[in-house]
Amino acid sequence: MKEIITLAHGAGGKAMESLIQHVFVPAFHGVEHAVLEDQARISLRLLAEHGDRLAFTTDSYVVDPLFFPGGDIGMLAVNGTINDLAVGGAMPLYMSCAMVLEEGLPIETLQRVVDSMAEAAKAAQVNIVTGDTKVVPRGQCDKLYINTTGIGVIDSGVQISSQRARSGDVIIVNGSIGDHGAAIVSARADLKLEASIRSDTQSLSELVQIMLRACPDIHCMRDATRGGVAAVLNELADASQCTMYVNEKSIPISSDVRGVCEILGFDPLYLANEGKLIAVVPEPVAELVLGAMRQHPSGAGSAIIGQVVDQQGSAVVMETQFGAKRVINRLVGEQFPRIC
Amino acid sequence: MKYIDEFRDPGQARVLVQCIAKLADQIASLRSAPLQIMEFCGGHTHTIFRYGIEQVLPKSIELVHGPGCPVCVLPREAVDRCVALAERPGVIMTTFGDAMRVPGSRKNLLQAKAEGADVRMVYSPLDALSIARNTPDKEVVFFALGFETTMPSTALTLQQAHDERLQNFSMLCNHVTTPPVLTEILQDNQLQLDGFIAPGHVAMIIGEQPFQFVACDYGKPLVISGFEPVDVLQAMLMLLTQIHQGRSQVENQYLRIVRQSGNTSAQMALCDVFDIGEKVTIRDRYARFDAMVRFAGHCHSEALPVSISEPSYCAEVLKGRIRPLQCPLFGKHCSPGDPQSALMVSSEGACAAYYQYGKAEAMA
Repeated sequence: MKEIITLAHGAGGKAMESLIQHVFVPAFHGVEHAVLEDQARISLRLLAEHGDRLAFTTDSYVVDPLFFPGGDIGMLAVNGTINDLAVGGAMPLYMSCAMVLEEGLPIETLQRVVDSMAEAAKAAQVNIVTGDTKVVPRGQCDKLYINTTGIGVIDSGVQISSQRARSGDVIIVNGSIGDHGAAIVSARADLKLEASIRSDTQSLSELVQIMLRACPDIHCMRDATRGGVAAVLNELADASQCTMYVNEKSIPISSDVRGVCEILGFDPLYLANEGKLIAVVPEPVAELVLGAMRQHPSGAGSAIIGQVVDQQGSAVVMETQFGAKRVINRLVGEQFPRIC
Repeated sequence: MKYIDEFRDPGQARVLVQCIAKLADQIASLRSAPLQIMEFCGGHTHTIFRYGIEQVLPKSIELVHGPGCPVCVLPREAVDRCVALAERPGVIMTTFGDAMRVPGSRKNLLQAKAEGADVRMVYSPLDALSIARNTPDKEVVFFALGFETTMPSTALTLQQAHDERLQNFSMLCNHVTTPPVLTEILQDNQLQLDGFIAPGHVAMIIGEQPFQFVACDYGKPLVISGFEPVDVLQAMLMLLTQIHQGRSQVENQYLRIVRQSGNTSAQMALCDVFDIGEKVTIRDRYARFDAMVRFAGHCHSEALPVSISEPSYCAEVLKGRIRPLQCPLFGKHCSPGDPQSALMVSSEGACAAYYQYGKAEAMA
């Protein structure tokens, strides 16, 4: 019989202990300590070796389907939190993992997700050091939700901030946009699209460290998750009160993503990414940063997509291929497929 | 992407814009008022804004944005009826994504869903049919809307439901056809339009003939156009050529898709299922799939609180009498986040397009 999650697995008794010992501990080596105590303990001296500020972030992950081309919810939960730390210039170091499981979830599914988290954490050299599990009755959550909280340390020379975009700065993206959003839409069972789009979920930690070595004075950096590149550009323009021009032609978009967008009437600028960042760097070092990014697999498709043109109020303007200009606003609500 | 990139080629577009400018100059020297061209379809409006076509056209051409957007022509009462049905226990309401945001008098479908109604977004009416098959204990209703572009899939779905003798599927029909809406615009004395860019995907179904009355009875040139920027520019050039030569004809720019006679199998399906006059209704043969019949008494607007009338400016914008920016509600009391009407909802609605892309005009 297939082993499934029952309410007992969240009740604090033997079943829960067994789940922790058989599923979580072998995958997350770092949790051994926290299982014995009630918390992970991290040496301050060790942290201080990496810089002078602690970066601390949390995010919850709910995605349907759990497994999709190019990744799964576990990979997202690790990479997403790592990326939130990384784009602040932090070296991601430790992470927690809390899960809400739906009664009836096959343990095999949980195992796949946990293994995937372990692999992603290992690849990014991050330790998952503490965690929690809750089980809710069937129907009260959709299979499995994950929360991860991460801490990292920012080097003393790094001052990345959304408020630092300056006139003349160059806007860079590390590759094609919209892949994750398009992959999820294509993978949904109700939409039988035959597209070979894979999610771009990946850790950006190494790439960011390479970028910071090329230019410690990167002005702004954000990962373009929900709301896509359009949302990030608007957030940066708002925070820095600047006008950004982006060039439609130079934004990398794969032909498969463009195809899905054509069919559904989506704009790739608003599609979610899970391994893409937008960096705003001083013009004199832009080519240097770009060159360094392209040396790394996570940045092989990097491109300069625009420039900050002035600091007199917030706006994001796209120069279309036809030489016209249009404003890129934030998305209101969700993108819905068009009718005809 | 094949068949798309060619029609977005900036080089081609530049050449067309130059030809348009030359011709527009010649026409402008013969008249005092600017040329008013209506793009009927919201899909064209979207292309025009997305690529900034208005900015590259000569000032002597004014584009008037037409009413051809499926949700924009949806009356509030239709949404009210749909919400009333969706809120009935045991009903699964299905519809296209865009339709979920259109405001009704009290609420839209998204709000009804948040309050507990079972409202599901589908990509095709056939998806609604499979929901009906899989949940025989529920009444599955499809909220059908749109012009001739979505009508064939609705018709085929009803035919299939009929063949399968499905007992729990029905449709709330809110389809409209293009010619009566065009007629209404043409009969409006306040509009002095010089020509029309007509929707290629509608013509793909109905063919060229149903547009002939625009040229024959009203003496206005009309060009059926595709939806890529080069398509729209080429259609514009064809229209200007007609105006320059004093011709009023129906011409087809979208030759790669539109056949003169349209799609006859689709037309047969439409004819079988719908009674198409001023309004589109479901034929008696399919009456048991008509939600208005099936739920008679439960989806009438009498049962609802008095409808708050639609802001009167919407009709003016829909007919192209005023531009969205001339509406006093625009951007202040009406925005995509808090829309007062469907025009602000769909990406193909003129107001939403102005809101989304329009500010650049002011900056350019």
